[in-house]
Amino acid sequence: MIEIKDIYKTFGDNDVLKGISATFHTGKNNLIIGGSGSGKTTLLKCIVGLHEPTKGKVFFEEENFTDMDFTERVPIRTQIGMLFQNSALFDSMTVEENIMFPLNLFTKQSHAEKLDRANFCLERVNLKDKNKLYPAELSGGMKKRVGIARALSMQPKYLFVDEPNSGLDPKTSIVIDDLINDLTSEYEMTTVIVTHDMNSVMGIGDHIIFLHQGQKWWEGSNKEIAHTDNKELNDFVFASKFMQAAKEKL
Amino acid sequence: MRLSFKRPEKFSVYWAEVMREMVSTGIGSLGIISIISVFIGAATTIQVAFQLSSPLVPLSIAGKIARDSTILEFSPTISALVLAGRVGSSIASQIGTMRVTEQIDALEIMGVNAPGYLIAPKIISCITMIPMLVIISIVLGMTGGYIACLFGGEVTPSDYVMGLRDGFDPLTIKVALVKAFFFGFIIASICAYQGFYTSGGALEVGQSATRGVVYSCVMVLFADLVITRLML
Repeated sequence: MIEIKDIYKTFGDNDVLKGISATFHTGKNNLIIGGSGSGKTTLLKCIVGLHEPTKGKVFFEEENFTDMDFTERVPIRTQIGMLFQNSALFDSMTVEENIMFPLNLFTKQSHAEKLDRANFCLERVNLKDKNKLYPAELSGGMKKRVGIARALSMQPKYLFVDEPNSGLDPKTSIVIDDLINDLTSEYEMTTVIVTHDMNSVMGIGDHIIFLHQGQKWWEGSNKEIAHTDNKELNDFVFASKFMQAAKEKL
Repeated sequence: MRLSFKRPEKFSVYWAEVMREMVSTGIGSLGIISIISVFIGAATTIQVAFQLSSPLVPLSIAGKIARDSTILEFSPTISALVLAGRVGSSIASQIGTMRVTEQIDALEIMGVNAPGYLIAPKIISCITMIPMLVIISIVLGMTGGYIACLFGGEVTPSDYVMGLRDGFDPLTIKVALVKAFFFGFIIASICAYQGFYTSGGALEVGQSATRGVVYSCVMVLFADLVITRLML
């Protein structure tokens, strides 16, 4: 479980996050949604420690992550897997080396054990036999899947995903969503996903937080979202005619 | 800088990275350093011979002046300026690209000390390989001078070799190596810093690389003056 308490983040005069508190539950897909510039990615970066909050605290299983220094954070960080918007695979390494990289640094496993783990992770994301390819040789969807495989390599307790569907076609987006959903329940991870993809929201949104102008505007599940009377949320979720028609049918 | 030299998470992984960087800096720069050294050595010898065309001055003095100029100034400084362009821009753009494509964020999320993993191997590689390249440059510079004498005719090869051997002071080699060591540190640290603090996109990566090369060239010339003043 991850708990964030009263998170503020300011860049110069720009208040991006204004007092956000939430709890992200284990074994669930926790979605952070909102329009462009609402502070979704900034909140995610504050949670994982890439940004330091101006005010507020982040707790991983009641451990105060915010007040820890770099070295103290390492044991928690080795339990974190993250999929970045552009996958952030290391260009100079093959797929296999990318996945084995955290294992090389933080485990004492033999080369054969690390290779087994890499193959297992690749198989899990349906990318068997792609070990020796470089990131430049992969499609967008494959890069995302390798990113997930790398995130899984250390058997994380927490999975963070930033815009998993950006730049992907609808079919591949669903494949990625289903994969994240399956892995979350299979490995009992606390998964936090930043997205503005409505298919993801409706498909895998066990727990959703809607951000608007840097504040938490609404919280609920995908089952509740269709029946909310929150104007800003409705404007965001049902912005397209297709979604409006879908809502009327519900 | 302090974080760059923090104790590594796993020595073997960092050592592999140091070796990779050494090959890239050393072997990768050997071609360009060889070419410029031979030409500079040859041009220096011809110019010195031209300026000393007096019956009162022995021709062997051209070899002596060319030797000292090559060891003290041309090989370390011009090599460093060329390496600032070749190695420095590569360091800044490589780290800058990793920054804008979130690869550095990915390292930090994993719990890797990103400055240590990315910057320290490059600094270690530059402070070890640039002195070696300078030694090679000195040898090739003098060889270039010999070739100029062989085909030029201003100074005979035997006079040139006599000049090279005349009154050699080992301190000059020491000065060249001290310069090369500090130039290596300057190029790697300035360019890595510029790359590491890149923000934005492809345009900013290019700007960081340019800034890294310009700042390191200026600092190399400043350090050249300071080291020359202190050691000679």
